[in-house]
Amino acid sequence: MTGQAQSHAWSSHKGAAALAAPPLAGKKRQAFDWRILLGFLLPIAIALLWEAAVALGLAQGRLVPPPSRIAATLLALAETGELWTHVWATLWRILIGFVIGAAAGIAIGAVSGTSTTMRRLLDPTLQALRAIPSIAWVPLFILWLGIFEESKVALIAVGVFFPVYLGIAGAILSVDRKLVEVGHVFRLSRTQLARRILLPAVLPEALIALRSGLGLGFMFVVAAEFMGASEGLGYLLVDGQQMGKPDQILAAIIAFALLGKIADSLLVYGTKPLVRWQDTVRERL
Amino acid sequence: MLNLEHLSKTYADGTRALSDINLSVREAEIVALIGGSGCGKTTLLRLIAGLDRASAGTIRLDDEVLSGPHPAIGIVFQEPRLLPWLTVSDNIAFGLDGVSAAERKARVAHALEKIGLVEHADRWPRDLSGGQQQRVAIARAFVTNPKVLLLDEPFSALDAFTRASLHEHLLGLWEETRPIVVLVTHDVQEAVTLADRAIVMQPKPGRIFDELSLSLARPRDKSGLPFESSVRRVLSALDQSLNPPQKQPQREKDRQAAALWW
Repeated sequence: MTGQAQSHAWSSHKGAAALAAPPLAGKKRQAFDWRILLGFLLPIAIALLWEAAVALGLAQGRLVPPPSRIAATLLALAETGELWTHVWATLWRILIGFVIGAAAGIAIGAVSGTSTTMRRLLDPTLQALRAIPSIAWVPLFILWLGIFEESKVALIAVGVFFPVYLGIAGAILSVDRKLVEVGHVFRLSRTQLARRILLPAVLPEALIALRSGLGLGFMFVVAAEFMGASEGLGYLLVDGQQMGKPDQILAAIIAFALLGKIADSLLVYGTKPLVRWQDTVRERL
Repeated sequence: MLNLEHLSKTYADGTRALSDINLSVREAEIVALIGGSGCGKTTLLRLIAGLDRASAGTIRLDDEVLSGPHPAIGIVFQEPRLLPWLTVSDNIAFGLDGVSAAERKARVAHALEKIGLVEHADRWPRDLSGGQQQRVAIARAFVTNPKVLLLDEPFSALDAFTRASLHEHLLGLWEETRPIVVLVTHDVQEAVTLADRAIVMQPKPGRIFDELSLSLARPRDKSGLPFESSVRRVLSALDQSLNPPQKQPQREKDRQAAALWW
């Protein structure tokens, strides 16, 4: 009963908003949606509660430092410039690894998606390789490529490759035969068909594949930096553990959260004009 | 002139979809292929469009033997099949690649006007209703000025009012260049409204059962007696094609099935 009442309240709320919106928003861009701020409520509340608990002496805050200490640590790291060195080191590794992994994933995914023979040839091997936990490559990469940048970038590239490969190949295989037939009716050549029908048709799924690839890139950069690095956010984590500085660990974790979210948003908003035509519920949800 | 000679299609699994189809369509003639489901109407259309290959027989357009899609043949499918990433006007222009930009623009503008969607030119297909989308699909086929236009039940998913208005749009576009039209339908009214000739087909294997000439003056008065009697003629032909002499056994089978059911 309460659920129903709530949903009623919701819909009437939305209805009122919709009624109120048009004259304000008009033809310009939609007015800022304040409901977005709802998402900040929970983390801020938790942070404030913890801060209060430590300030009132209810908790010690040694192993779980209060937000103010984490902020102070972040600020101090930023002021000395140390933070930026680590951030750039990490971002640079992700960027190179992502570009290599995504390019390989797109190329091989495209080949495997368009040619049955190539798929029969490549896919089983790649699926077997995919079943290996990527961290298992670390010792081998270190032996092959040394302990510096190359092995780290290689690990990230491997992590990015598989979701991109799977996404692209799957997207090409699931292109609507009916649209391809439209291309046949207008006698498009193979390259025209690829450019005018296949490419735009796979774009939305390809972008999702790139997003999950980027997410894995962030995951693997930590693993890569754990295995011996003198800079990078992953190094800050290891250093914080060894030196017993939980505030530094949390500062690095927060930096990861922010960077990951920013990178993902950049990818989404940067590619939005390409998929504006999509008929999805995303905008309305 | 479109000629089909001894056309047959057998699928890989041995299903005989079409057997020995012979048909010739005059210039500017509108022909309706009508028949129950599974009698190979759509298969026949796909063969003419070059989307499938015939197992035997030839398709000839003005003494040219067709093999594969041909620039002079356009098709409108059952679904609009618009490309969702192109605007309405870009969708209409999709087949106009070899045409100069100015000419393309003019033709698209004219087609938009003809189908009454000028103000929707820059919208995405997703913003259009089903009937509007199908109008765009018809315009896309017409702008290339095909000699033969194939229509594969393009109005079957639409309500009666929309369908009637699309018939008018179609005839309006047809009047301009008067291509050959081959229309697949299972709607007798539609066949009589549009076609000069109805070809009644029969299933298993798909073949031509009967031909009926529908030489009524255009525009056709749907409430008039000649229209009514034409509809009745086609209906009775269709009826015969679906259950020829062995009417009794079919009944018997139904009764048995009913008995099992109870």
